[in-house]
Amino acid sequence: MAETPLHITQHQADSPETPSVLEVLLDAAKTNVLKVQEYSKLSFRSLTNLATSPRYMQDALSQMDDIGVGSLPIVLLSGFFIGAVMVLQTGTQFERFGQSSLTGDVVAIALVRELGPSITGLLVAGRCASGIASELGSMLVTEQVDAMRAMGTDPSRKLVSPRVLATLITLPLLTTISVFIGLVGGMVASVFSLRLDATTFWERAIAVLQFSDIMQGFSKSVVFGFILATVGCYQGLNVRGGTQGVGRATTQAVVVSSVLIIVADTFLTKIALFLADKVF
Amino acid sequence: MAESPSSLAYPPQTSSEAVIQFSDVRIGFAEGEILRGVSFSAQPKETLVLLGETGSGKTLTLKIAAGLLRPDSGTVDVLGECVSRMSEHELLLLRRKVGFVFQEGALFDSLTVGENVAYRLHEDHVNEEEIEPRVREVLQFVELGNTMGQLPSELSGGMRRRVAIARAVVNRPAIVFYDSPTAGLDPITSQTIITLILRLRDVYGVTALLATQRLQDGFALANFHFDSATRCVRRDSTREKSSAVVTRFLVLRDGKIYFEGSPEELLAANDRYLQRFLI
Repeated sequence: MAETPLHITQHQADSPETPSVLEVLLDAAKTNVLKVQEYSKLSFRSLTNLATSPRYMQDALSQMDDIGVGSLPIVLLSGFFIGAVMVLQTGTQFERFGQSSLTGDVVAIALVRELGPSITGLLVAGRCASGIASELGSMLVTEQVDAMRAMGTDPSRKLVSPRVLATLITLPLLTTISVFIGLVGGMVASVFSLRLDATTFWERAIAVLQFSDIMQGFSKSVVFGFILATVGCYQGLNVRGGTQGVGRATTQAVVVSSVLIIVADTFLTKIALFLADKVF
Repeated sequence: MAESPSSLAYPPQTSSEAVIQFSDVRIGFAEGEILRGVSFSAQPKETLVLLGETGSGKTLTLKIAAGLLRPDSGTVDVLGECVSRMSEHELLLLRRKVGFVFQEGALFDSLTVGENVAYRLHEDHVNEEEIEPRVREVLQFVELGNTMGQLPSELSGGMRRRVAIARAVVNRPAIVFYDSPTAGLDPITSQTIITLILRLRDVYGVTALLATQRLQDGFALANFHFDSATRCVRRDSTREKSSAVVTRFLVLRDGKIYFEGSPEELLAANDRYLQRFLI
């Protein structure tokens, strides 16, 4: 090492070896497998933490307020217009066959089984997964997470579990509200656009729904809530590269959670349809 | 404010065994090995001043000592427990017995100053009635008694460091790790911070491991003491020094302990590298 800043070291720098394509691919695969492993561990711990003390219920309530109440306006607005647009799209097709009264059936099934949970999940992922990632990421880069650990607090208990619990509880509730408002939007559209009777719309919408449909929608919203909260927390707690890294983590949180929600939706639909045949 | 018979009163530290013991500690990252066999120990009530250039591993050493990072090899014992082999759950319990002052304070920015300081007491399930007086007392100790309701963003850099010190000592830890507590501060604020560290050491007998780039911080800790009776910082006379709390310097270089000794030994060292710190 140089004795003063003016001294120049005699040590010749080793020329870095260029890795082969295979090595690069293997490294990338290992990195991604490690990420999946770390994500799985964090997700598992977020649930097991709830079984033992200390539990941060005050933080969970505060997160419920932020995630649940805070997301209500966008869920209400989008739910209403999705219900309405569904009626407009399907109603015109049914009219061709003189079966416009079936609109209520289709809208109810689509909203309860599919559109309610997935649209709510995607909207809340856009709003909250990004918020969670940026909040935790900022805490990480400003050493607040380390400060928490230094004071004997487990960040997975204090930061992750309350957010996961809050989302697990609030997303099904938001989905329920979204579905209801979607049906209201559908009813309004069917009354004013298709000249359908509002009572007929509601009666058909309620009559067509079965317990398995409700369970399908409910289970999806629980899984989507778990995905968006854990992905947001994982991305936030794995920020690298300061404030720029926080921005990247925020984007990643929305992208990854949205893709995972859509992928999970496919598998959950298949499982739910299978179970509906066998169990219900 | 009363200095000693208060809620800030520390449990007595009587053992003469090392409270911090590093043995051949190594740690590295993708860019290479940072610590390459660091060994040292600190006795109760001793102040170790960790000097070194930027990137020499001072913060790493502190974080390893607090169990925030695990060394690749070697052992670290803190308060008689082997930190380097403990599980994260065991470490969480141990960390409640030590304080850590981060370089930038690392205050929780969404909590008020009072809530930041009270955080640890809430975690330790201290009675609610007891928390507020203790928070007030420790904030008065750092001379920020009137900032309870303010957010960290409303404070200056020096005030944030003082709140960080208050937060670190509110549960009376036996050891406090200071990570460059005066970095980036003006001389007057730096002096205030050093005075606080002196008070904690001389009034409550806190063992300290202090990482810094400023040699004057180390010499201030070595040559001055806080007089509880007059509530003033006084220069130690030669006679007082023999019984005073020990302050030693450790200089990190190339991932190893380059120098270990008293302030006098550091001043007398005929070494070009060490002399660069003295300029």
